[in-house]
Amino acid sequence: MSSDTIDVRYVAKLARIALTDEEVERFGAQLADLLAHVDALAELDTNAVAATAQVVESRNVFRSDDPAPCLDRETVLSGAPQRQGGFFRVPRIIAE
Amino acid sequence: MSYEAVIGIECHVELRTRTKMFCGCANEFGGEPNTKVCPVCLGMPGALPVPNATAIEHTIRAGLAFGSQIPAFSKFDRKNYFYPDMPKDYQISQYDMPLTVGGEVKYWLDDGTMKSCGLTRIHLEEDTGKSAHAGSGDGRIAGSAYSLVDFNRAGVPLMECVSEPQIHTAADAVAYLEALRRTLLQLGVSDVKMEEGSLRCDANVSIRPVGSAQLGTKTEIKNMNSFRSVHRAIESEIERQIAVLESGGRVVQETRGWDEVRGTTHSMRSKEEAHDYRYFPDPDLVPLEISRERVDAIAARMPELPWQRFERYAAQYGLAPNAATQLIDNLALAEFFDRVAEASRNPHQAANFVLGDLSRLANESSRPVAESAVEPEHVAELIALVESKTINSKIAKELLGRMWEGGGSPKHIVESEGLAQTSDPAAVEAFVDGVLSANPKVVADYKAGKTNVVGFLVGQVMKASRGKADPALVNELLAKKLR
Amino acid sequence: MNELVRRGAGEIARAVRSGEVRAREVADAVLERVDAVDDRVGAYLTPLHELARAHADRVDRRLRDGEALPLAGVPLAIKDNMCVTGTRTTCASKILEDWVAPYTATAVARMLAAGCIPIGKTNLDEFAMGSSCENSALGVTRNPYDPSRVPGGSSGGSSAAVAACEAAIGLGSDTGGSIREPGAFCNLVGFKPTYGRISRYGLIAFASSLDQIGPLTRCVEDAALAYDVMAGYDPMDATSIDRPVEPAAPALRESLEGLRVGIVREFDTQKLGSELDGIYRQAYRDLQALGAELVDVALPTADYGLATYYLIAPAECSSNLARFDGVRYGLRVDADDVQAMYERTRAAGFGPEVKRRILIGTHALSSGYYDAYYVRAQKARTLIAGDFERAFERCDAIACPAASQAAFTFNAKSDPYSMYMMDYYTIPMSLAGLPALSVPCGWTTPPGGTLPMPLGLQLCAPLFAERLLLGAAHAYERSTQHARRHEPPVEAVSR
Repeated sequence: MSSDTIDVRYVAKLARIALTDEEVERFGAQLADLLAHVDALAELDTNAVAATAQVVESRNVFRSDDPAPCLDRETVLSGAPQRQGGFFRVPRIIAE
Repeated sequence: MSYEAVIGIECHVELRTRTKMFCGCANEFGGEPNTKVCPVCLGMPGALPVPNATAIEHTIRAGLAFGSQIPAFSKFDRKNYFYPDMPKDYQISQYDMPLTVGGEVKYWLDDGTMKSCGLTRIHLEEDTGKSAHAGSGDGRIAGSAYSLVDFNRAGVPLMECVSEPQIHTAADAVAYLEALRRTLLQLGVSDVKMEEGSLRCDANVSIRPVGSAQLGTKTEIKNMNSFRSVHRAIESEIERQIAVLESGGRVVQETRGWDEVRGTTHSMRSKEEAHDYRYFPDPDLVPLEISRERVDAIAARMPELPWQRFERYAAQYGLAPNAATQLIDNLALAEFFDRVAEASRNPHQAANFVLGDLSRLANESSRPVAESAVEPEHVAELIALVESKTINSKIAKELLGRMWEGGGSPKHIVESEGLAQTSDPAAVEAFVDGVLSANPKVVADYKAGKTNVVGFLVGQVMKASRGKADPALVNELLAKKLR
Repeated sequence: MNELVRRGAGEIARAVRSGEVRAREVADAVLERVDAVDDRVGAYLTPLHELARAHADRVDRRLRDGEALPLAGVPLAIKDNMCVTGTRTTCASKILEDWVAPYTATAVARMLAAGCIPIGKTNLDEFAMGSSCENSALGVTRNPYDPSRVPGGSSGGSSAAVAACEAAIGLGSDTGGSIREPGAFCNLVGFKPTYGRISRYGLIAFASSLDQIGPLTRCVEDAALAYDVMAGYDPMDATSIDRPVEPAAPALRESLEGLRVGIVREFDTQKLGSELDGIYRQAYRDLQALGAELVDVALPTADYGLATYYLIAPAECSSNLARFDGVRYGLRVDADDVQAMYERTRAAGFGPEVKRRILIGTHALSSGYYDAYYVRAQKARTLIAGDFERAFERCDAIACPAASQAAFTFNAKSDPYSMYMMDYYTIPMSLAGLPALSVPCGWTTPPGGTLPMPLGLQLCAPLFAERLLLGAAHAYERSTQHARRHEPPVEAVSR
């Protein structure tokens, strides 16, 4: 594992966070510093080890197919940044 | 240069459960927007998913129906991307350990040819909300000014069925989809209605020169809203790709949307790079361990599947493909037919009556055959009476009508009302002679060349015998005597 | 100040249940205290005066009706990353600054059902990311023992509230140390149970495989009472453990006879300087004096805890925080198209630490890096958990510092990595899912400071051994009483 420089602009795009040029530089440096520390993990021999799936062994947790009360619409939409009638309204979605 | 098309089908099937995949909100089609939502399916802060046991059961059953393997371990993964109909901006899905692996869908063409297409996998995930686009004049996303989102559908359990690229024509693709749909419908795991969105499909299409083993570049075709669209869209895309290659171009790997109105596909290429979904195991959920016993128990309860029934009807009973298909699409009718066929040991006649007169009576009275007063054993009786020439087909039809209204054994009716047809040659001959001597002019017309008047004579004999003369015998005697 | 506010949870509950005092009196006294001191402490982002009084009145009625309420009248501070119906729940972030929760977290609901009085929603590092409470976008919380110092984080508000007697129990959440470290900084017991013991439903997620709710209290008994009320399976949380909870409060002990306590070779306290070294060595001797046998244990991969944590936690949080997109709730910064709206909303709504963690987490999960970062970290996690398992073959509990120093001054750790180091001792237990707590073990006047600041001893036990852990902590607390040595110099201003 090498400490590649992280492509901050690409990652910010994936994470949908607009960054200023100053932030790109500042975060780039801070994250590179963190990654340099994280590189230490390469020293560990993890070949014979399984990745932790969960900390406490647990399997097959389900719920039965029984209805539960839902939220009333006014409560749901009252927190909406923008609503139109019974819908959430968002700016145009550029076609994929 | 002749080309072969290579097609893979990807279906999303909404499961028939009472509640959503990860919460207890109702899983129902329709309804006022945003009235079937809760903190979990709205992706509210702090909410957590808990999987629906029935949805998992349905998926395992579907897998077993297609002969898939059910691995002992499975898990849910997060598929991360941003879109307004995604309440959490990640979808809980399955990445590398799906609930079922492999299998095949056996389907049949209109002429009865049985074929099969492999299944890569079936996995379970949650559906997204729905967005409606406003301001573009035609409801399309391109050119819209804003969108309205309804999360009623968000969280509905969705099965994704991915086929191997083993289909080669649009007709096969549709036949595959029909077989998939029929099976899932019979299992009761989904309503599979394209018009309601409980069955959605995309097609991956590529072409290559006949005989080539290499795959060509594929495009993904979306927005096909009916089986007819699927057919038209695939054919259109195959043509388009051939045209591209023949004009010296190269097929671009992209997503293309089917335009029903224009009858073509158009590029939906996005301006962004391909999605990096950053799949990782969902830490809010624990893995699934599926025991051999559980799988065996589900397999033991598997009903006879559509393709198995088709094979039985075609191979065992020799029914015509479209007759078999008609029965398969109506399970209650098929089960009625099965009882008639078995009791009468004459599947052809059984099919004739069940799909013919009985179905007509059913349509006219808006009552299904299986819910009528007609007993399958009595239809078998009727068949036996016709086979033994005890009654003719006209009487049989009348009897059927009476059985429809009030049930009853046809044998009994025939005996008690003396409806048995007259096959005794001497008796029939007497009727024939009587009619011939009573209609000398008609006989003369016949001998003069108007052979079509024999119909009138047959009718007169039937009338004289009160419908009970054996029509075949009547025709035979008339032919002899009019020579 | 009214002496009622000094009482612990156990004391208050006994007094209210016996009729000595009404829940409403306790509520009024605590609210008065909040009004008097919180402008200086800054523990509460949203005090809940009306709700508190309504709950107090209801508790009084319920007691009259004969209900048994284990925490009757106990004033409760609730970290503002826990949903409470009808209350502003902000995670100390601009992105949720005005969001009102439509449902209540299970753990909180259980506390309220047991008779607690919700005093208010407390400050935290934004989205629980931080070790000082300085990352809050909505307020500043000061350490009641020295207002020029941080209360610790991320549960700084709940810690300060309890330390300043503005509540008897504070609910915090701990992902890498966010209950234990501020507990240590504020002279409290800060307890994190086994992962999965307390429901996460309604706790706004930071890192799903690490987050746990736990109590901050002025004594171990109170922590045990809170744990007994909150712990147990919740069908709304698939990661909550379906296993019977043995009540801890009745198992508090006075001696440590028969207990083997592991002292971790890698956590040599000499590194902390001679004064702190002395204090921790004394703490270990005090354990011995109570009858414990000290055993030398090794956690060879503990040093990799930070690197492991700072890949796993950000990866999970990058996905958990994607939902804050301006569509359904919270802040929206408008734009012509939705993707731009996302980018602007999240840029404006998240603070720098949150952004950093989302970025590093996104990177760790992204194509080409997933195996080298995320998977590798999850494997390191297995190794760390394995080290603890082996250590617990030779001891029943582990003792070590809760933090490498006492509370520091504001802006002292402006370099992100130096802040991350504050979690050095607490992270390994989080990664292994083990129950752990901090209990006051001494005082130090930090260099440049004038006021004595508390230090915390961390105790950790095997999975599901909460009873043993709290029992042992109680014995230590009872015999050493370090917490009582100094009062927080936050005085009521006579109005």
